[in-house]
Amino acid sequence: MSAAHATGDALATTVQAPPGGTLPVQVDGEGPTRTLRPKDRKVGWRKTMRRDWVLYAMALVPVLFLLLFRYVPMFGNIIAFRRFRPGGNIWGDEWVGMRYVQLFLNDPNFWNVFANTAILGALTLLFCFPLPIVLALLLNEVRKKAFKRVVQSISYLPHFLSVVIVVGMVMQLLSLHGTVNQIVEAMGGEAIPFLQRAEWFRTVYVGSEVWQTVGWGTILYLAALSTVDASLYEAARIDGANRWRQTWHVTLPGIRPTMMTLLILNIGTFLNVGFEKVLLLYNPLTYATGDVISTYLYRVGLVSNNFSYATAIGLFQAIIGLVMVLSANFVSRRAVGASLW
Amino acid sequence: MTQSALTSTSGSGGGMSIGPRDSRGYKTFTWFNGTFLVLLCGFMLYPFITVLAQSFSSAGAVKAGLVNVWPIGFNIDTYKVVASSDLFWTSYRNTVVYTLVGTTIAMVLTTLLAYVLAKRHLRGRKLLIGIAVFTMFFNGGLIPNYVLIQNLGLKNTMWAVVLPGAISVFNLLVMKSFFENLPLELEEAAQIDGLGWWGIFRRIVLPLSKAVLATMILFYSVAIWNDWFAAFLYMDKQELFPVTLYLRNMIAGASSTASQGAAAAGSTKEAISANIQAVTMILTIIPILCIYPFVQRYFVSGVMLGSVKG
Repeated sequence: MSAAHATGDALATTVQAPPGGTLPVQVDGEGPTRTLRPKDRKVGWRKTMRRDWVLYAMALVPVLFLLLFRYVPMFGNIIAFRRFRPGGNIWGDEWVGMRYVQLFLNDPNFWNVFANTAILGALTLLFCFPLPIVLALLLNEVRKKAFKRVVQSISYLPHFLSVVIVVGMVMQLLSLHGTVNQIVEAMGGEAIPFLQRAEWFRTVYVGSEVWQTVGWGTILYLAALSTVDASLYEAARIDGANRWRQTWHVTLPGIRPTMMTLLILNIGTFLNVGFEKVLLLYNPLTYATGDVISTYLYRVGLVSNNFSYATAIGLFQAIIGLVMVLSANFVSRRAVGASLW
Repeated sequence: MTQSALTSTSGSGGGMSIGPRDSRGYKTFTWFNGTFLVLLCGFMLYPFITVLAQSFSSAGAVKAGLVNVWPIGFNIDTYKVVASSDLFWTSYRNTVVYTLVGTTIAMVLTTLLAYVLAKRHLRGRKLLIGIAVFTMFFNGGLIPNYVLIQNLGLKNTMWAVVLPGAISVFNLLVMKSFFENLPLELEEAAQIDGLGWWGIFRRIVLPLSKAVLATMILFYSVAIWNDWFAAFLYMDKQELFPVTLYLRNMIAGASSTASQGAAAAGSTKEAISANIQAVTMILTIIPILCIYPFVQRYFVSGVMLGSVKG
């Protein structure tokens, strides 16, 4: 991400531009005006500024915005290593070294929530990654266009709801007299206070997550499915492949790049389990399974006012997340040639 | 069962050139598939239906767990109760204001930056893209963000809710790739006519980008409409809360205390009866439900645009 590297890249591509086009239609050649063509990147800074200052001016406020609201907090993580007093200096008061890091490494609560986060993240990945693929394949087999469109519209709908609404609905359905417990009782069971039971938290969380994301998750797969070359199916049929074999040998390879890209993204973000949803859904009775890193650091930091300690935990989580995205991308580039960038 | 029905067709279909496209096994599968998808739709819609039914039912019926898909003791009194609450309307108005202001700010910042980043000839472009994209993979985290907002003096102001989310890098990249795909010749022609970058942007590019602008407006406004967490973190005055936070406090049975400490006690106490919750939920999602059928395709196209590599 260094500046020198980035500009170096830009210059390298400049060289590849063809030396002066002969036809006006040629995209990369020298056009009637020279300012829009990549070739002109060779000009000096002074000339660049004179020509493009309007563009830089347009970018100024948005970039300042990113620096203030994204990069200042990034560097604000320094308070993981400095003592911070609420309401005091944003960069903290004095250095304390690795004190807070050691503190959480020796905190049994931290390892509890770490394990909870990993389990919840893994379960979410296990269900929320493959189910949209299955649904997309099923939708792909529907031939009545109108029916397909209705199913799609309905299954996308939960995606647009606020997490507050989703949790509200979950609480209604799972209440002691709610629909789920009515079914349980009709089958001869006893009503279960699902939201008060730690052993049910993961099921409730993952279930509602599937409900909300499975439909929306099919969009990219359906797009990829529609681009699979029809002649491949033709060839497979001539070779005697039935529908199932066509799906296995033509359809699935066709959407593999999409699958890989989304898998990388999902693995990279797998520790970012839905913080807001957990915060709304859990309660002290379900902390044993429901408490995750982000909710723990929320309570430590903003409820108990241990800002530096909570920042150390947050920084740790962010670094793990970054490392995981980078390594998932690396592995997938090596293994299947698909990568995010 | 469906799978075995499918594989059984391989024998009969093997030698035919047309293939086993409509074999009996496949027909069986189609039937099961259709049934399954209908059931799935029911499953997706069920929570909406229940909440809607509860909102029209009597409090007693809801409490006794009698209401599932059809209102029991039909009445609109609950709507009247909610509608007579000043705090509800204040929150609702706040949500509308935050959504309008936040979307405007976000659109201005995102469009400007996306346009600049789409200029392939621009010096330092890669650096600027890098600055934006890096924030997708690494962010400051909860506490540093909180400290920043506090130090900027934005706590208990609208700006704490509308500013921090103003540039979504995903949306930025979607717009950038859209601008990149506009025909270069148009801008060149405008340049010959003497328009500067700003003139090109305003008179040529923006009018050509109505579809993507509409998509982005929708993305941003739904996100802000649904957001409750920023307000939860940065506000402790009830009269500033958006309706989502109002609802959250109602659900948590903590609507009377606006303090953050109450958050920890997010229990399911039935302090406020379920049908009032149901009405508030319905009123909160109604704007989204109303525009949804008309704008759904914009959302879908936005997601597809986003899948184009930035």
